[in-house]
Amino acid sequence: MLRFIVRRLLLTIPLLVGISLISFLMIHLAPGGPISIATDLNPRATADARARLEKYYGLDRPLHVQYARWLERMATLDFGDSFSPDGRPVAQKIRERIPITLTINVLSMGLILLVAIPIGIYSAVHRGSLFDRASTVFVFTGFSIPTFWLALLLMILFGVKLGWLPISGIGSLDYQSLGLAGKIADRARHLLLPVLLAGFSGLAGMSRYMRSNMLEVIRQDYIASARAKGLPERKVVYRHAMRNAVLPVITILGLSVPDLLGGSVIFETIFAIPGMGQLFYQGVMSRDYPLIMGILTIGAFLTLLGNLLADVGYALADPRIRQG
Amino acid sequence: MRRPSRGFAFLPALALFAILAGCGGGKKEAPRENAAAVPDVPAYGDMIVEGSIGDISGFLSAVTSDAASHEAAGYVFNGLVRYDKDLRLEGALARSWDISPDGKKITFHLRRNVKWQDGAPFTSADVMFTYRRMIDPRTPTPYGEDFRQVKRARAPDPYTFVAEYARPFAPALASWGMDILPKHLLEMYPDISKSPLNKKPVGTGPYRFVEWRTGEKVVYDANPDYFEGKPYIARVVTRIIPDQATMFLELLSGGVDIMDLTPPQYTRQTDTPGFKGSFNKYKYLASAYTYLGFRLSHPFFKDRRVRQAIAFATDKKALIEGVLLGLGQEATGPYKPGTWAYDPDVRKYPHDPAKARELLAEAGWKEKDADGVLRKDGRRFEFTVMTNAGNEARSKTAAILQQNLAEVGIRMRIQTVEWAAFINQFIDKRAFDAVILGWSLSPDPDQYEIWHSSKTGPKELNFIGFSNPEVDKLLEEGRSTFDIGKRKKAYFRIQEILAEEQPYVFLYVPDALPVVQKRFHGIDPAPAGISYNFPKWYVPKALQKYRIQP
Amino acid sequence: MTGSGGIWRDFARRLLRNRLAAAGGLVILFFFLVAAFPALFTSRNPDRIDVSVILQPPSAAHPLGTDDLGRDVLARVVYGARVSMKVGFVAVGIATAIGLVIGLLSGFYGGRVDAVLMRFVDIMLCFPTFFLILSVIAFLSPSIVNIMAVIGLTGWMGVARLVRAETLSLKERDFVAAARAQGAGTARIVFRHILPNALAPVLVSATLGVAGAILTESALSFLGIGVQPPTPSWGNILTIGKNYIEFAWWLSLFPGLAILFTVLGYNLLGEGIRDAADPRLSGR
Repeated sequence: MLRFIVRRLLLTIPLLVGISLISFLMIHLAPGGPISIATDLNPRATADARARLEKYYGLDRPLHVQYARWLERMATLDFGDSFSPDGRPVAQKIRERIPITLTINVLSMGLILLVAIPIGIYSAVHRGSLFDRASTVFVFTGFSIPTFWLALLLMILFGVKLGWLPISGIGSLDYQSLGLAGKIADRARHLLLPVLLAGFSGLAGMSRYMRSNMLEVIRQDYIASARAKGLPERKVVYRHAMRNAVLPVITILGLSVPDLLGGSVIFETIFAIPGMGQLFYQGVMSRDYPLIMGILTIGAFLTLLGNLLADVGYALADPRIRQG
Repeated sequence: MRRPSRGFAFLPALALFAILAGCGGGKKEAPRENAAAVPDVPAYGDMIVEGSIGDISGFLSAVTSDAASHEAAGYVFNGLVRYDKDLRLEGALARSWDISPDGKKITFHLRRNVKWQDGAPFTSADVMFTYRRMIDPRTPTPYGEDFRQVKRARAPDPYTFVAEYARPFAPALASWGMDILPKHLLEMYPDISKSPLNKKPVGTGPYRFVEWRTGEKVVYDANPDYFEGKPYIARVVTRIIPDQATMFLELLSGGVDIMDLTPPQYTRQTDTPGFKGSFNKYKYLASAYTYLGFRLSHPFFKDRRVRQAIAFATDKKALIEGVLLGLGQEATGPYKPGTWAYDPDVRKYPHDPAKARELLAEAGWKEKDADGVLRKDGRRFEFTVMTNAGNEARSKTAAILQQNLAEVGIRMRIQTVEWAAFINQFIDKRAFDAVILGWSLSPDPDQYEIWHSSKTGPKELNFIGFSNPEVDKLLEEGRSTFDIGKRKKAYFRIQEILAEEQPYVFLYVPDALPVVQKRFHGIDPAPAGISYNFPKWYVPKALQKYRIQP
Repeated sequence: MTGSGGIWRDFARRLLRNRLAAAGGLVILFFFLVAAFPALFTSRNPDRIDVSVILQPPSAAHPLGTDDLGRDVLARVVYGARVSMKVGFVAVGIATAIGLVIGLLSGFYGGRVDAVLMRFVDIMLCFPTFFLILSVIAFLSPSIVNIMAVIGLTGWMGVARLVRAETLSLKERDFVAAARAQGAGTARIVFRHILPNALAPVLVSATLGVAGAILTESALSFLGIGVQPPTPSWGNILTIGKNYIEFAWWLSLFPGLAILFTVLGYNLLGEGIRDAADPRLSGR
């Protein structure tokens, strides 16, 4: 097992290098280069930003020197100071924002698994049934509906008309004065809609994957032979087939990290959640290059990490992989 | 100092506690609620939650330039002077002031017994410190220019501060509305924008800072030692809600108590008995206007007749109806109607397509293409108007203008560019044909930066390249005297010339449309808007919604 | 085996028998017609502003109501179909072209070429696509061309993997070996034998890609950097509508439904193609 992990870790090294190269190229991609930054309202700050940027990225140096410096900074997660007027270190800003984004993503991933796996299996076993078709339409509706629109509709229903849930934000104004149970309940009420929505929009991918996996497994020889042995159908399906169909889902979890992160831009904006997606959007709109680079890189790291964890998890669950 | 406003954020010159600075006699829409049941006496307590589209960037207004940050600074800091409800300067940290007969020396007499929120006394040394930092090149401030006009500053005793100028400088007095900074907490930081005070401020103002959770909220509590008495409302929370639709739903559900409405929200979404039972809406002319500006070196727009023709082709009534739903006024020049510098009798340009065609023909635009677009010397009258992305009012304005100009044979393309790129790549590089933008206006009428021919350099604000010797002279005159009569004459003449020249087509002045939850009393709309007396707002005991333990 | 008529007839029959896919196909067909012949569906000009009828509910004159400048919502949704479909198709065209080339190169030549290209795909897949799109659009300014290009340039990795996998497996098959033995050139093998067989999965992924691009445009519009008004796209009509969602429901409902049905239609159709192309799955 250890050898597997080590080998898997070694495989990520070229990927890390690639990520660093592409993000390095991004710095040089913007029209006119990063030197033509607009800190729109403050001419003096612009000259200042230009000087800072040149100094920070060493843009007057040869390319390979610049790249080496960029690598060094990436390795230490030092993304410099934000260009926004508060001028705080990018790493610190990201650190503040990342927990809530990860929380929502983990919760919605859990929700997706909880709902998508049974839907996928059931519709595979009862392929072509009413349930199969209805669930197909249902999961694709979740994927197809513009999330910000559905979000507003749900806010109107549950927040304004019924008054059951708060509209936006991550905590009530008296959050600090609540007891632990109160705090948990309050946070849960605030996160319910965002998590439900993120889950609904991500349901399609997972449940369809599950369904086709299950269909594939059912056709395998050992299932046929289990049937031939006269085992009851339920037992065949839910004992033998399911285990083999569910395991690969772990890898898909890793692959869905970038999509969820990307989606958080919309969720966090509409629900006023102070997470990384919102931070990124603000950074993009104000051309806060160090922040953009920082979040892009962190996003890629997270994806890598997700893939790594998924592979290790898969290997733990299915020993055959480790030999492979 | 004025700068292009981004529509949702009108940027006042200085943070004179001007959340919703406006003018022109505010009027309240909803009838007062029946006060019989509740004794309407001021009481301490409760909390007000305001909605803000964007987060703040810091509390030291000298080094921030966005409206949200200036508003935040207004809770915690004071200047020497401020604008009162009628937009006249009055004392804040200064009890009073004298101006020498030659207009070159201002002597401020400071309030005694004012304390910083950490208990240290406020003195003239703090004023001197603030002045020095404003002219220090290490301070990244966009507002230094006014202070560099000071020839000599003195603090002869702890409660007197004297500023001397080389020549009379009319905007000088207003410039002392700049927030005064605590010397004892800042002198060890060469760059104040990097000091901890920019994140955890300590001021002299009506509220003291409690916490700032970035991207989420900022919290303040009433300052019991405020020199004008403890504010009634015990706590202020500014919630950051990036989406306009979400913020409105928060208002409806009670999550927000005060915000600015959009015209459709004002006219259509809030006209229900239920809404009027819970909220008071206010409406007064904002201190800002929107214009169509031409790059005057462009071959088409060099000709005054063409600019006038475009003014005649513009249906300002339709703009006000379509963009503002009637909530605003036509702009005729760069001043707000109703203020002393505003000249109501300049040349007007009513919607008159026939007249526009006539002027265009005079200017040589006679032939027409098959598709109805004018031609001259083989060139079609086509140009691109640019505006910033994500501003609903401006993109609507562009769409209406496009239709207006098509009627007289001009094809106008519309390009929207994200704000930072717009300023940097197009405005600053003068790479545009025409723009739709807005200016926010400070109460002082000096607009040297916008119209003077010396201000056309890169990054300077006369980006259309307007140059008129008479206007230059009048601008210099207008800022070098304190005599209102003389200033008025100069600014009236400037408006006449601008009306004739039409370097901008002045489009409209929108209304500010704040809405406040009904439990808040003591709001008194005035030319300055509603927020000038915020510390005097209160919630009667029986109506208080939150119980705040300080 | 290569593109014989029987296979395609079977495929079509299986596809039509799938009622969901057929329904999806019908919806797509309908919106195709709308985009191709807008004049059949509305006689009004989508850009015609009339400030006297701002935000009117549906009526005989304006079957879907009017927007915040008194423009006819039906006309805007109809012409918006054009823009939204165009964004979807061009973006996916770009993505598919890049994906095909990289996938074919990788699968066909294998070895070092394959290793390098596939590492590149892996790296690109690490970046959250929407983050990439956002930063690039904001740097380049949100024009319709930029939007299509960026969605395309960040969406080809899936196609590349798919095509590579198909190429790898087809390359070893008898009919390719036979063609090669008869002296067929690389180009001929690729175009006659490999491409037609890889078509089904590519078609599926392209169908889903169009749906994704339409959604991405609407998300960008929500953030204010999508297709810019006054050009109507479903995304920007919906974004304007969202600000009036409380009382002018028609301004968000119709573009919202248009997006929902179209994207749903593409997905159902795509799934149908996937199923129909895999004969092993057709029997119970």
